[in-house]
This record gives sequence, C-alpha cells and structure tokens, in this order.
Amino acid sequence: MNQMLPYMLPECAMFVGTCLTMVVGLSRDANTRNQTWMIVFATLLVAGLLASNTPPADSVFPYLIPFSKGLIAIVGIMLMLLGVGTVDRAEEAAVAQGRPYDALRMNRAEFWALFLFSLTGAMLVPASPNLIWLFLALELTSLPTYVMVVMSTRGTRSQEAGVKYFFLGALGAAMFLYGFALIYGGTGSTNLNQIAATFAAQSAAGGINDIAAAGVLLAIVGVAFKIAAVPMHFYTADVYQGASSPISAFLAFVPKTAGFITLLLLVGTLGWSHVGGHSAPGGEGGAGSSLPEFARITLWVLAAITMTVGNTLALIQSSVKRILAYSSVAHSGYMLVGLVVGPGSEFTSSGVAAVLFYLLCYGVMNLGVFAVLACLEHAPKDADADPAEADHIDDIRGLCRTRPLLGWCMVICSLSLLGLPFTLGFWGKLPLFTAGISAGEIVLVIILGLNSAVAAFYYLRLAAVPLLESRDDSAPALRDNPFWARRLAAMLSAGGVLSLVFLANGPMESSLEAGTYVQAAPARGSAPTPAAPAEHHNDHAAAGSSTH
Amino acid sequence: MTWAILLALVLIPLVFAAMIPSRPSGHAKGVALAGMILPLFALVFLAGLFDWSRPHHMQHEATLEWLPTLGLSLSVGVDGVSMLLIILTGLLGPICVLGSFTAIRENEKTFYSWLLILQSAMFGVFMARDLVLFYLCFEFTLVPMYVLISLFGSSNRKAAATKFFLYTFTGSIVALAGLVYVVVHTFQTTGLWTMDIGTLGEAARAMSLREQALVMGAMLLGFGVKVPLFPFHTWLPLAHTEAPTAGSVVLAGVLLKLGTYGLYRFVLPFTPAAIVEYASLLGVICIVGILYGGLICWVQTDVKKLVAYSSVAHLGFCVLGMLAINATGLQGSVLYMINHGLSTGALFLLIGMVYERYHTRSMRELGGLASRMPVWATFMVFFAMASVGLPGLNGFVSEFLCLLGTFQSSDGWGRPDVAGTPGLLGPWYALFAGFGMVVAAIYLLFMVGKVVWGPLVLPGGAHKHASSHGHGGGHGHGDGDAGGHKHDDDHLPTDLTFREISVLAPLAVLCIALGLFPQPVMAILEAPVNQTVRLVIDHREAPSHGPTRTTPSAPAHAAAPVVLAPHSTPEGEQ
Repeated sequence: MNQMLPYMLPECAMFVGTCLTMVVGLSRDANTRNQTWMIVFATLLVAGLLASNTPPADSVFPYLIPFSKGLIAIVGIMLMLLGVGTVDRAEEAAVAQGRPYDALRMNRAEFWALFLFSLTGAMLVPASPNLIWLFLALELTSLPTYVMVVMSTRGTRSQEAGVKYFFLGALGAAMFLYGFALIYGGTGSTNLNQIAATFAAQSAAGGINDIAAAGVLLAIVGVAFKIAAVPMHFYTADVYQGASSPISAFLAFVPKTAGFITLLLLVGTLGWSHVGGHSAPGGEGGAGSSLPEFARITLWVLAAITMTVGNTLALIQSSVKRILAYSSVAHSGYMLVGLVVGPGSEFTSSGVAAVLFYLLCYGVMNLGVFAVLACLEHAPKDADADPAEADHIDDIRGLCRTRPLLGWCMVICSLSLLGLPFTLGFWGKLPLFTAGISAGEIVLVIILGLNSAVAAFYYLRLAAVPLLESRDDSAPALRDNPFWARRLAAMLSAGGVLSLVFLANGPMESSLEAGTYVQAAPARGSAPTPAAPAEHHNDHAAAGSSTH
Repeated sequence: MTWAILLALVLIPLVFAAMIPSRPSGHAKGVALAGMILPLFALVFLAGLFDWSRPHHMQHEATLEWLPTLGLSLSVGVDGVSMLLIILTGLLGPICVLGSFTAIRENEKTFYSWLLILQSAMFGVFMARDLVLFYLCFEFTLVPMYVLISLFGSSNRKAAATKFFLYTFTGSIVALAGLVYVVVHTFQTTGLWTMDIGTLGEAARAMSLREQALVMGAMLLGFGVKVPLFPFHTWLPLAHTEAPTAGSVVLAGVLLKLGTYGLYRFVLPFTPAAIVEYASLLGVICIVGILYGGLICWVQTDVKKLVAYSSVAHLGFCVLGMLAINATGLQGSVLYMINHGLSTGALFLLIGMVYERYHTRSMRELGGLASRMPVWATFMVFFAMASVGLPGLNGFVSEFLCLLGTFQSSDGWGRPDVAGTPGLLGPWYALFAGFGMVVAAIYLLFMVGKVVWGPLVLPGGAHKHASSHGHGGGHGHGDGDAGGHKHDDDHLPTDLTFREISVLAPLAVLCIALGLFPQPVMAILEAPVNQTVRLVIDHREAPSHGPTRTTPSAPAHAAAPVVLAPHSTPEGEQ
C-alpha cells in the first residue's frame, strides 16, 4: 500500500477538500455556504498540481496518471463553474425571505461532496494496480452520479432518470465484475501487470485462455455503459434530458473518461503486438501490431455500430440535450477507433494518444453547449416550481441576436463538435484519422469519416439555429440564469476551442507521452527479456518493464 | 520577405471583416469594398515581385511552425497557376461587393463580413503549400458560403444551403482520408512525417497502382463534388439558384475552381499511374456531364438555373482537358478555370440585376428586354457569347484548347514512332465533347433569344403597364411597382446604373483581352503545365514491386525525350 502513496496525493487532497465542502456547505451563514464552490475550486487546483508531479508508474501505461488526473482536474474546474447553483436555489430564496435555516433541506454540501467523490473515483482509475481497485474506482465514479442526477432538479423527471441510470449502471457494473472474475479465473491473478504478463505468455504459447478472453469481452461490454457505447447506450438520452444541464455535462465527461481509461488498462493487458488480419499502408504486413483478433473485432464492431447508432438517432431529435446525448454516444464510437489502433511512437500514429487527446477536446467543447443551455431558463409556471432549463431547439433559436455571447459560444462549440477546420474538434479527429490509417484500419476510418458527415447535419443545425434564424415571438420567453459562473464556463469552453487551435502542441505532446505503452514481458515459461528502462517515446515494440 | 504580401492578402479581408460589426450598418459596404480593394494593391506588388520567367517554381515561399507534433506548419507559396487563380479571386472580390450594393438591404453587416471571410479562405487555399493548411482553408470556405446562402438566398435557401454543406463536407472528408493515407504512406516509406505538398507528391507517386487508385478515388470524391463532376453535381443547381448574386458569383467564379485546382494540384501529381489507368473512364464521366448538363439547360425556364447547369457542362470541359494529359489540354483547362470564372460570374451578375428589377428569373415572364434595357442586353449577349465560345472571346480559346488537347491525345507518349501528343483520350472523346459545344450554343442562344430579343414580356402587371405605354417608353419608375412588387425597385432605373456598368465592364474587358491575346497567360501556364505533364508521363506506370521501394525507377522508354506538344517546348517561347 505504501508504494502507492506517491500516486495518491491528488486523491488525498480531493478527500480533504470533500470533507471541507461537507462542513462549509452546511454553514448557517449564507455567505459562507455560498462560497463552497471556492473550496471545490481550490481542491481541484491542488489536485491537478499534485497530479502533474506523479512519478512514472509501474504499469503498461507508465505515464498515464499525470495526464489523466490533470485532465480530470482541468475539466473538473470547468464543470464546477457550470455546477454552481444547480441545487438549493429555491431554498436559498426562501431563507433569504426569512424562513429559518434548516440544514436538512439544504443539498449543497452533499452535492459538492458527491461531485468531488466522483472526480476522485475517476482519478483513481488510471492508477489502478489491480482489478479490485479498478472496480472500486469505477464504482466510486458512478455511484455519486446516480444521486447527483436525482438531486439535480426537484422534478420527477430527474428522479426517473436517476432510477433508470442506477439500474442500468448496476447491470453494467455486474457485467464487468463478472468479466473481472473470469479474467481472474483465466489468469490466476488480479494484478494488472501479472495479467498482462500471463496474457503475453499465453499468446506466445498459442493463444489467450478462452475464459480470460470471455472475461475481457464481458468487461468491455460492461464498461461500455460508462462510455455510453452500444450496446449499453440506451440510458443516455433519457438520463441527459432528465438531469439538469450541468449534471448532463458531468455525465458526458467524467464517467466517459473513467471508462476509456479503464478500457485502456484492460485492453493494455492484452497488448497490441498480436498478428492481425489487416495490413498497414506501408506494407509492414500487420505482423505484431494488432490486438488479439477477438478483441480487435469486438472493439472494431463496437466502434462502427456505436458511432453509426449515435449519429443516426441524433438526427431525429428536437431536444438539444437528446441530440447531445446521442452525439456523446457517437463520440465514444470515434474514440474506440483509437483503442483499436493502439499505441505508437508518434502522436500521429498512436491511437492511444489520439484517444487521450480526443477526451481533452471533447471535454472542453462539449461542456460549452451544455453551459449555454444551463444559462437559459423558462420562468417557473407557479411560484413554488423551479424554473425549467432551456432544452428544446426552439429555445436557442436566434440566440446570437438576443444574447450574442451565449449564441456565439453555442455556434463555436457546435462547429467544433462537428469537427470543422479552425476549431479544436478538427484537431481531435485528425489524429484518429492518421492513427487509423497508419494501422491499416482504412475501412474503419472511412466509416468514421462518413459518420462525421452524418453528424454534420445535426451539429450544423445546432450552429445554424442560433446564428441564422430569428426568434419566434410566440415562443415561450426565456430569461438568463442568475449564476455568472455558468456564463464563464461557456466562455472558457468556447475560448478553449478557439485558442487550443493554435496552442494544441503542448497537450498533443503530453497525450503522446501519456499514451506511452510498455509491452509486458511474458511471465514464466519464456525467456525473460532484460528490463530496459522505460523511455518516453518508447515504441510499443520495445520490451521492457518487469513486473513486481 | 515577399511572403508578407501573401500573409497580407489573407489578413486584410479578415481585419476588415472584424471591423464591420462595430460600425453602423450603413458603413458595411464601404468597409467591405475597401477590404476587397486593398488586397488588389497587395496583388499588384505580388505580381510585380513574382518572377514570371520561371512560373513553374514555387515563389514567395515561407514556412512557420504551427503544430510540430502533427507535422503541421503554416507553409505558403505560389506558382504560376495559383498566382492566376489568386488574381482571379482578388478581382472577383470587389465585383461581388459592388454588385451587392442594392441587392442586400438587410443584415448588411453579416453579409459583408462573411463575404470578406470567404475571400480570405479562398486566398488561403490557393497559396497553401501545406496539406492540412490547404484542407483547413478548403473546408472552411463552407461556413461563409453556408451563411451567405441560408441567410440571403431566395425561397428554398435553407435546404439548398444544407445540401451544399453536407454534400461537400462528406466528399471532402473522404478526400481527407485519401490525403492522410498519402501522408502515412510517406511516413512509412521515408520515415518523414511531413505535410509538405511537394514532398508528399514524390512519395505518393511511388505507391502501387492499387493504392494510387484508392487514393485517387477518395480525392475524386472530394474534389469531384466540388467541381462538380457528373454524378455528384446535384447540389450545384440548387445552391446556385438559391444563393444571392454575390454568392453565385463567388461559387461559380472561385469555389468550383477549388475542385479543379485540387485535381490539378493533388490528383494529377499524386496519382499519375491511376489517372493513366482510369483516364478513359473519367473522360466518359466528363463527357456525360457535358452532354447531360447541356441537355438539362435546354429545358430550363429559370435563367439562373440554366446558367448553373451550364457550369456543370463547362467544368466537364475543364476536367476533360486536364485528363488529356498533354500541354495543350492542361493549358486549356487552367485557362478554362479563369475564363469560366469571368464569364459565368458576369452572367450571374446580369441575372441578379434583372432579378432586382423584376423579381423573377423565369423565362416565361421575361422577354424582349433589349428594348427596355439596351445596355444590359448588350452585356448579356456579350457574356453569353463568351460563354458559348465565340471566337475572339475568352471562352473560345480555352474550350478549343481543351478539345484540341483531347483530340490530339493518344497513348504514344511522345515516342517518335507513334504520331501525336501524349495523352489518353482521343478524337472520339473530342467528338462527343464537341456535341456539348453545339448544345451549349443552342441553349444559351435560345435563352438570349427569349430574354433579350423577341416581344417584350414583363412579369405580371408590369407587362400590361409597360405595353400600354409602348415599348421602351417608361423611365423605369413605377414599372416594377405596378407589377405588385412591394419594395425597392424604385431605387433602380430601367437600365443599368453606372455602378452596375462598372461592375461588368472590367469583366468584359478581360474577356476580350483573354480572347484576343491569350498568349501572355498561356506563356505563364506553359512551364508549370509542362512540368505536370512530364511528371505524369514519367510516372505513368506505378512501381510494380512492393512497399520497400524508395526511388521509383522510371521505365526505360520513359527516359526517351517526350514531345509535349507540337507548338511548345519546355523552356521555349515567351
């Protein structure tokens, strides 16, 4: 346990911050409890700084931890800004009018605590040394989100969404737990490094154990729930629509990131050095540069179906949140392409780096659209009800004229999600293209390209409706949400989309470093390879890193 | 430091576009005009500093690191061909703004700022020497055009804009896959991750025939949609018809040329073996486009749609000339890009001017306008003739060269024992394409005869009103109003204003100049075109051996001196 401590410093900071929010959030003094978000902010900032100093880990992805924790902290800060004012608005208004303060009716402390717990869980994922840890970290990510969905509005729809989310989440968790059990059965270990070594030995000896292979498949399908991929995508639209926009934005990023890192670790134990059935354009023959065939086909099919299903269903929606929900499914499909491709020595040929970079792009640009929705609301129908958030596509009609700032944030972020040149989204897609083609996955890349074109249809609508159309006077009136932090989140997102176009080199380099993959040496039975010191730009072909 | 001029070309329109929103909307057109005219001065400098004696060399080159991790740099440069297209773009810019002064009365700020942004992006495409930079600009032109069509177009504009965007976006994303394939291939054979177009070309030519065919297919899908080639042309008539006049002018004048320029810059030099292999198929596609486009024009009643379909036919000639793969055809093809921009752009402007007055483009409701608008009619006949290819005007030169190149091309590849110039098509292709010229003459003359000559027909009430006063009588005021059209006509006199004439006059002068004295431009094109032809000839057979090749060994007979064209030698005449 002690040797894990250097990797756990950000989580320790997160835990301290969580405890503080629980105390401060319940303060009797309105000014004090209104500042809870500052504690969250400070916590994430400290966690992010601590994460950047994490030493290389002893795993197949030695440099994954600092990048992913930093990513979670940075996007977490934006999500925090967006989350301000999600709960307790009615209560605070009542207290301000003279009702005595009642801690039991206040949700702020729980909300921020759950928020931080979930992020802590996501941060724990990349450092997982074994399957048990991985499972617990994933569940720590997900369990708070179920509650957050329910408490995000006072309406019944978010309760329904929360229940739906919880049951499907439990199903997903059960599936990958079962998968983990099978992996343990097939390899005799829960330690990821040992599993990787065993897999290497098994495939050298003829093939991966069937039970373990079935376990990996089950685990992939189970984790598909976290990343909202087919066949576990059914909840997305209802849950995103039922939850309030800040929570939907949270769901679109945090569990997805945790899920993709889990997939990286899981698939990383298999390794990308198996003989595949395709050839790279250079004609290397594909020898020793692919996942084991069963995993490659599974991920390939999942990627193709996920993006197609997501994009097709998004076409026919009229609710912005549902569009974004299905598009979130589609984006998971895009990223799965990178997973099929696997690591590489260059940013442009490394699918893992492409996935990590895409997570960053997606986190930044997707948040902006939700933030714009969160900034707009309909007046409540009666005095007791909460104001309803903007959701229908009519609500953003003509936004560039009525509220230029929000409107342009919407346009910029939508165009970026579309993947248009001169936005961040294009830089996200391009590495997936180059990496896919480098690995010889031409068909998958073409499917990815055609899907981007399908997605263009609905993203173009999201951009054109606020920019080009004018608001219908008969449409129900909208008003601004009073929390400036949400507007700031929208601006940060749109600003990030534009500025990262020119400044993306740094993040690209760090995602390449984070995607460095060290092939595990086969355990027992084959000649041990001399342990080479893991270097930054190690090719996946290089053997190294012993197991402890 | 001459690259700074290239930078200025891109930046000036952008800066002016940024200035427009903060000013009163009355100033928008003035600012826009300034933003279009200033680059012309930069262009004069650029042309002055360009070494016209070696137009096949990239000049004014500069490279700035952008995202080294991605191998991406801001790399610019121009050769003779891109220089000419940049000049065309620069000339059409102010004309578009001037031509929109009265047509655009609402949302002027939006209109002119997007027009300026579009201008920047188009300059960017023609000067990009970096593959991704090219693609960025190429793709980015979609956004301003989408806005222009869907905000300022006519009744069915939203559908047209969406169709335009999705069609071209889909095509170009497939083209991107093909281009990325070339980049990856280059990396895997040379170990060099580069986006430099020249370097990529060298490596691409070493690909096997199958790879070249795949890459060519992907690129054709992207550039062919933009051109548009026959099966992918369906977005064009809709987009043209719905777009505002300036939008149509830019679309026909420059945006379609992005497709042909892409073919010239990428498809020919990157996949010569595949071109040679499939030239006859592509030639047939072009001819189908020429004839099909022409026949459809024949039955159009909407004047604008007619001109739009005529673009399909015209660009079929342009691509056909390119596929002839000899100096004559290729010269004609590049010249065609410019001539088509001039004459079709002018036709769209003329139709826009009538539309502003009578709010119709239907040939049933318009006729005999020569008696009402003699000046307009003069220009209309003139540009229709230029478009048909009347000898002495610009259209003739390029169309004739394209056909001649097609006719002469045979697969002798310059071997002394086989007569003729290099190329793959032949007299039959030229014959069938020649029918297209006949059809073009029919539909354009038919249209001119209907709209310009014949009995005066004006839409609706205007007809009665006008005829009760006798032909050519009224002073314009009130004629349109009598037709029940509510707005703005009263600002416009019956015939063209000085502004409108000054929009058309430069185009007319260029049409005559290029028709009578095409030699200077052809001399500029000669060296780059010969270079491209030689490139295709030298690499017309893909290296048959596997992926390990590094130096493409030219087949022995390719080393023999190649007679490029009867009238031209590589370094020859002025």
